[in-house]
Amino acid sequence: MTPITPAHYLVLSAALFSIGLIGVLVRRNLIVIFMSIELMLNAVNINLVAFSQQWQHVVGQVFALFVVAVAAAEAAIGLGIILAFYRNKETVNVDEITLMRW
Amino acid sequence: MADSYLPLIPLLPAAGALLNGVAGVRFFGKRAAAAVACSTMAAAFVLSVAAFVELLRRPADAREITVTVAAWVPPLALETARGIGTFAVDWALRLDPLSALMILVVSGIGFLIHVYSVAYMAAESDGAYARYFCYLNLFCFFMLTLVLGSNFLVMFVGWEGVGLCSYLLIGYWYEKKSASDAGKKAFIVNRIGDFGFMLGMFLVFYTFGTLDFRAVQDMAPAVAAAAGTGVLATICLLLFVGATGKSAQIPLYVWLPDAMEGPTPVSALIHAATMVTAGVYMVCRNAVLFSQAPDVMMVVALIGVLTALMAASIGLVQNDIKRVLAYSTVSQLGYMFLATGVGAFAAAAFHLMTHAFFKALLFLGSGSVIHGMGGEQDMRRMGALKRYLPVTYATMMVGMLAIAGVPPFSGFFSKDEILYRAFLGHKVIWVLAVITAGMTAFYMFRLVAMTFLGAYRGPAFPGADAHGGHPAHGHDDHAGHGHGAWHGPHESPRMMTVPLILLAAGAVVAGFVGIPAALGGANRIEHFLAPSFEPRGAVHAAATAPSDEAATSASHGEGSAAVERAAATAAPEGTHEAPHLSTAGELGLMAFSVVVALTGIAVGRRLYVQQPGAADRLAERVPLAYRTLLNKYWIDELYHATVVRGTLLLARVSWRFDALVVDGAVNGSGWTTRFSAWVSGLIDQYIVDGLVNGTGATLREASLGFRRMQTGLVQTYALLMMIGVFALVSAYLVLR
Repeated sequence: MTPITPAHYLVLSAALFSIGLIGVLVRRNLIVIFMSIELMLNAVNINLVAFSQQWQHVVGQVFALFVVAVAAAEAAIGLGIILAFYRNKETVNVDEITLMRW
Repeated sequence: MADSYLPLIPLLPAAGALLNGVAGVRFFGKRAAAAVACSTMAAAFVLSVAAFVELLRRPADAREITVTVAAWVPPLALETARGIGTFAVDWALRLDPLSALMILVVSGIGFLIHVYSVAYMAAESDGAYARYFCYLNLFCFFMLTLVLGSNFLVMFVGWEGVGLCSYLLIGYWYEKKSASDAGKKAFIVNRIGDFGFMLGMFLVFYTFGTLDFRAVQDMAPAVAAAAGTGVLATICLLLFVGATGKSAQIPLYVWLPDAMEGPTPVSALIHAATMVTAGVYMVCRNAVLFSQAPDVMMVVALIGVLTALMAASIGLVQNDIKRVLAYSTVSQLGYMFLATGVGAFAAAAFHLMTHAFFKALLFLGSGSVIHGMGGEQDMRRMGALKRYLPVTYATMMVGMLAIAGVPPFSGFFSKDEILYRAFLGHKVIWVLAVITAGMTAFYMFRLVAMTFLGAYRGPAFPGADAHGGHPAHGHDDHAGHGHGAWHGPHESPRMMTVPLILLAAGAVVAGFVGIPAALGGANRIEHFLAPSFEPRGAVHAAATAPSDEAATSASHGEGSAAVERAAATAAPEGTHEAPHLSTAGELGLMAFSVVVALTGIAVGRRLYVQQPGAADRLAERVPLAYRTLLNKYWIDELYHATVVRGTLLLARVSWRFDALVVDGAVNGSGWTTRFSAWVSGLIDQYIVDGLVNGTGATLREASLGFRRMQTGLVQTYALLMMIGVFALVSAYLVLR
């Protein structure tokens, strides 16, 4: 059985990021987009941890923990915004959210 | 002595006028108002007589008293023909033979007319009565100032003052439109003359550097020699324009006939005896000046004789008793100017005096007739009044004979003197003057005949037959009954007849002071007046001349010839050598003029007494001539068509000019400003604002394309962001 190399991690991370990216771009439901963003964040986390393990250096893992913390905070704020928006518009479809236009 | 009371002569009537004007109009009854007016005039007359006597007592070369009452114009530096002169005028009065004669006439006749007015105006209300006497006294004040003034400016004050009083008194019955119109006409026509007087006065000061009559007279010969006669002729002509206005000569005589709208005593005092003679007086006063300008003298003589002839011819056919007298006055004034024009200043002043007597008499007599007829003035509705107004008839007969020039009445002497001098001066003028004399005799007799003789043609009155028997039934018991219910023609009260009788006496005897040498007289008045008409240097020569002449010669012309020789020595190019006729020739002339006068009367008698209706038939035979005279040569119409209409037209043209051009310019500039403001507004709105807005609009339009990119769709942004990242990374990888 071949050992797991950083390349494997990177491929996994890239795949995961791409899935998240495509999710963000093609899905219309805010909740799903939100979840896709989480996927992209965690793809980054995998990268950070992989390189931390390769270089035997703890900084990568510390950063991963920071990203988890930020993602948690972001999730709380994002969900709050979504909930408030839903109360106003009764929709979570991004096609109908064009308030940022000129 | 005379210095002390001379100023009182004009000031007494002034005080009377002030009292009546301030207090009398409100508080005085008729008796008080009349007493104030008459007493002041009587006092003025007494003082005038005293002054005259005092003047007579002096030697002939010292008969000149100058009194400076007060300073008036303080010395001012003014430019004259000979450098900077001093313009200073005092309120100064001067008594010399001419002004002494005039104050006697003015105050004497003025007093009689005041007395006459007391009864004549009795029908007026109290206030109007006091107003009347206030004006009358004021007039006498100004007239006395005029004749006593020692310089042009003081005379001018009187000159304007009498014009004012004339206006006030013509328009005394101002409720009547014709009266107030006549007053305005007199005033306006006189302004034209006054304008000439003022210009003459300015030129006198510019030429002589003084306005004092005596100083001007003394300098005149020298100035004439130095500056030539042109400037003196101009002065004289301008002064004469003033005289034609005041003394009603061609072309400014039109106001005088209309002035008859005033009360009859006013016509007698102002428009016959005194004010209208002011022009003659002024010319006499400047006799030396006029003597230096022979051409102007000719003009004066011509205007005088033409006026005399024209007015007399108009007088031939007028039917209003006062209008006949008015034209007669114009005619007689023409005589006086004729006299001054031929150099007979003394004769002019003499005629002025005699005319004052008989013309005042005739006017007062006509007033008495009008009073007796209850206001009727048309002679066609009179006739046979001899029976009812015997005193008036007798006195007016005297006046008629005097003005016609029948000896020995006063008019004979003065008129004959003028005719004689005219004969010596210019034959054509003499012929015209003689024709005028004949006409005068005719129309005056016509007046008397139509009024007093023939058949009664007036309105019927109760008891006409009973009345006829004893005409003079005691009218004194209702003297001053006014013009209430008219009950037939009647004699006037004694207050009116006594002045008539006194004036008639004057009209008889006034001529005796000027009996010519040819009739054994001494022509005293001419010698008496001579010093007033000469430069001071000549006075001595003239003063001694009469006694010599009286001793050696009985010839008429000698005295005046000596005077003129004296003048000629003082003024080298002054008067010509006076020609004169023999005594026989002079007597012949006299007889001829008497014959002319008697012929005039005889013709009048034939036409109006012996063959009543003959005059109308004559008028029908020459209708054009008759209508021309009756309509006064249409001069009033001519003036109306030219001067009055012309003035109105000028006013209208000026008004249009003002409305169109002046207002047009103002409005045009306003409009231009508004238009340019409007253009500026447009420029600001469209060009300046357009630039600003254009910038904004351009930017906005340009931003449209970019704006489309802001879809608001988060996913689009994310996609673009991704593309960008890919592009950058790809570029990095490829170009590394």
